[in-house]
Amino acid sequence: MRLVVAFALVAAVTAASTGALTFREARTGVLQQSQDTVIKLLRTHVDRLAPGLGFPPDEAGLGRFAADVAAAEPARTWRVLVTFGDLRATSAPDDPFEELTPALRAAVDSSMATVFQRVTSGDHTSLVVGMSVTFAVSGAEARQPSGVRVFLTVPQTTERSYVDALVTAAQRATVPALVLAVLLALLAARGVLRPVRALRDATRSIAEGRLDTRLAVDGADELADLSHTFNETAAALEESVAELRGMEARARRFAADVSHELRTPLAAMSAVTDVLDEDAARLDPDTATAVRLISEETVKLARLVDDLMEISRFDAGAAVLHLDEIDLAESARRTLAARAWTDLVDADLPPPDALRGRVDPRRLDVVVANLVGNALRHGARPVRLRLSDRQQPDGGRWAVIEVLDSGPGIPDRVLPHVFERFYKSDAARTRTEGSGLGLAITTENVRVHGGTVRAANRPEGGAVFTVELPLRRDEPGEGRS
Amino acid sequence: MPRVLLIEDDRAVREGVALALRRQGHEIAAVGTGEDGLERLRSFRPDVVVLDLMLPGMPGLDVCRGMRALDQTLPIIMATARGDDEDIVVGLEAGADDYVVKPVQARVLEARIRAVLRRAAGGAPAEGGIPKIDTYGELSIDRAGLSVARRGTPVPLAPSELRLLLTLSASPGQVFSRQQLLEAVWEHSYHGDARLVDACVKRLRAKMGEPPREPRYIQTVRGFGYRFVSR
Repeated sequence: MRLVVAFALVAAVTAASTGALTFREARTGVLQQSQDTVIKLLRTHVDRLAPGLGFPPDEAGLGRFAADVAAAEPARTWRVLVTFGDLRATSAPDDPFEELTPALRAAVDSSMATVFQRVTSGDHTSLVVGMSVTFAVSGAEARQPSGVRVFLTVPQTTERSYVDALVTAAQRATVPALVLAVLLALLAARGVLRPVRALRDATRSIAEGRLDTRLAVDGADELADLSHTFNETAAALEESVAELRGMEARARRFAADVSHELRTPLAAMSAVTDVLDEDAARLDPDTATAVRLISEETVKLARLVDDLMEISRFDAGAAVLHLDEIDLAESARRTLAARAWTDLVDADLPPPDALRGRVDPRRLDVVVANLVGNALRHGARPVRLRLSDRQQPDGGRWAVIEVLDSGPGIPDRVLPHVFERFYKSDAARTRTEGSGLGLAITTENVRVHGGTVRAANRPEGGAVFTVELPLRRDEPGEGRS
Repeated sequence: MPRVLLIEDDRAVREGVALALRRQGHEIAAVGTGEDGLERLRSFRPDVVVLDLMLPGMPGLDVCRGMRALDQTLPIIMATARGDDEDIVVGLEAGADDYVVKPVQARVLEARIRAVLRRAAGGAPAEGGIPKIDTYGELSIDRAGLSVARRGTPVPLAPSELRLLLTLSASPGQVFSRQQLLEAVWEHSYHGDARLVDACVKRLRAKMGEPPREPRYIQTVRGFGYRFVSR
């Protein structure tokens, strides 16, 4: 918009000032020329007629002289005044000669040159010219003033109509020129703006992830050049992003395929671990140890593969929420009970049905179990599970799940990494019973609900993990489905 | 001696599961394809079928439907990969009573088999064999004989459907949450998959001839679950 206005303004100013300047020059030229002509004529006539003027002249002689000078102009528009001392005579009888200003009179008195002045009274302008009649004295360099002064008034009607015509011409020329200039400016601005706008839209489109956005390039100016560069950049970007995505997809698929391929042999092994456990006692000690080892590790491996598949599904965006409206406190209570943790964990839960919401019960169970299990393994008792809710400013309700332990807390350098996959807080740490994916899966499960999870250390010691979940409710009442 | 028909294409899994179940005292017929499974249905007459959904040849879902067409009341447990969510829903709608996620430990599978067989054996314990028939409008439920009839016509129900109806109708008007029903009917943990309940309710309503928009007996209470209305 700014650009358009600027272009139009520049064009308008240019056209208008061109018109104005042209007019001024022309007007000056016209007036100058008519002035020069009048002065030259006057001089000629005075020079021609002055010798016939007796010296010192009397009033009648001055009158004749004035009439002769006026009559010398064929157009009969001249009015002449001749003075000598106090004597004055005009070409037309009793002409008050009002156009003669004292300033002009003074200028003629003080100089030998011809003086002129443009006088405007009312709506007509006259040119008033004044000169001293001089005569040459033999032997002297300069001419001597005779004391006779000739004044001439010429109405400037012709020049005025000339100037009027000029004004009209200038207007007639300027207005179309102005309109044309503004139109051209707008066209030019559009010519610049269209590619700029297209570039803006294309950039926005790229930013929104449509990497196949391209600009139409026409012409060979800088803008076309810019569009061309943009297209090349976009193409390069698209190519590298596609490459990265391809690599990522392949890596993901590989992880998923590996997990998938591992599942079938594991299914066979998992099916018989109970058989091994049952019979181990009847085998010789070495074999029994080997058999128990296989059984235990098979169970761990099955869990690891299960977690890997879960993570792969999150990565592939294939994790689906199966929402059911439940009582969150009841859910937490059952999570503890199912794992025989009821006596190990100090549960601070709201009363029944105080905290209901639509969540995926299985995923919520995984979240709570992982955090509590983590606290029991790495922290120290007492471990506390606290469930509360918090009202958002926008009216939405959030469930807040906190798991606190009384251990040494999480070292500062570990804190940013606790939710990473397979992160070992201590390089030399031996494998725990966890898969190393527990907290990463927790994070994903919370995120898929639209919630957040964070870890921190409490000032009074021990670590605290906080999960916040948005609580959505079904519309209560009778529904049909 | 519950008789289990196991349909699983991987030989090692088939042998492992069969071995484990045999040791638990089940009688096992193990086959590798759905076609063989349908073939053995008549000759073996299993009490329960364990069906892997990923099968070569005839897809597991078609096997499930085929079995339902032959026998409305046969308990079927699907074995699926977790995350094959579409399969689970379609499988449940095709008439499966329950599902387990592979790899499954023998004891978990065994527990599911026992649970589904208990469902087939009845809901509430029969009181001394005295026939106890409750009638709700056009619907009559024989709690001892474990049969349901509508306008006098028997409605053949799969074990989960029957157990669900018995549970709901035992306390007419009471709202049961999906999680409660999962524990009562499927003996799952509280954090089970509510889709089992929804799919089963859908099948049950269809079999009872409930009008889809205005179910008369089994009503949905939004945000809470289901209730049985006796009229």
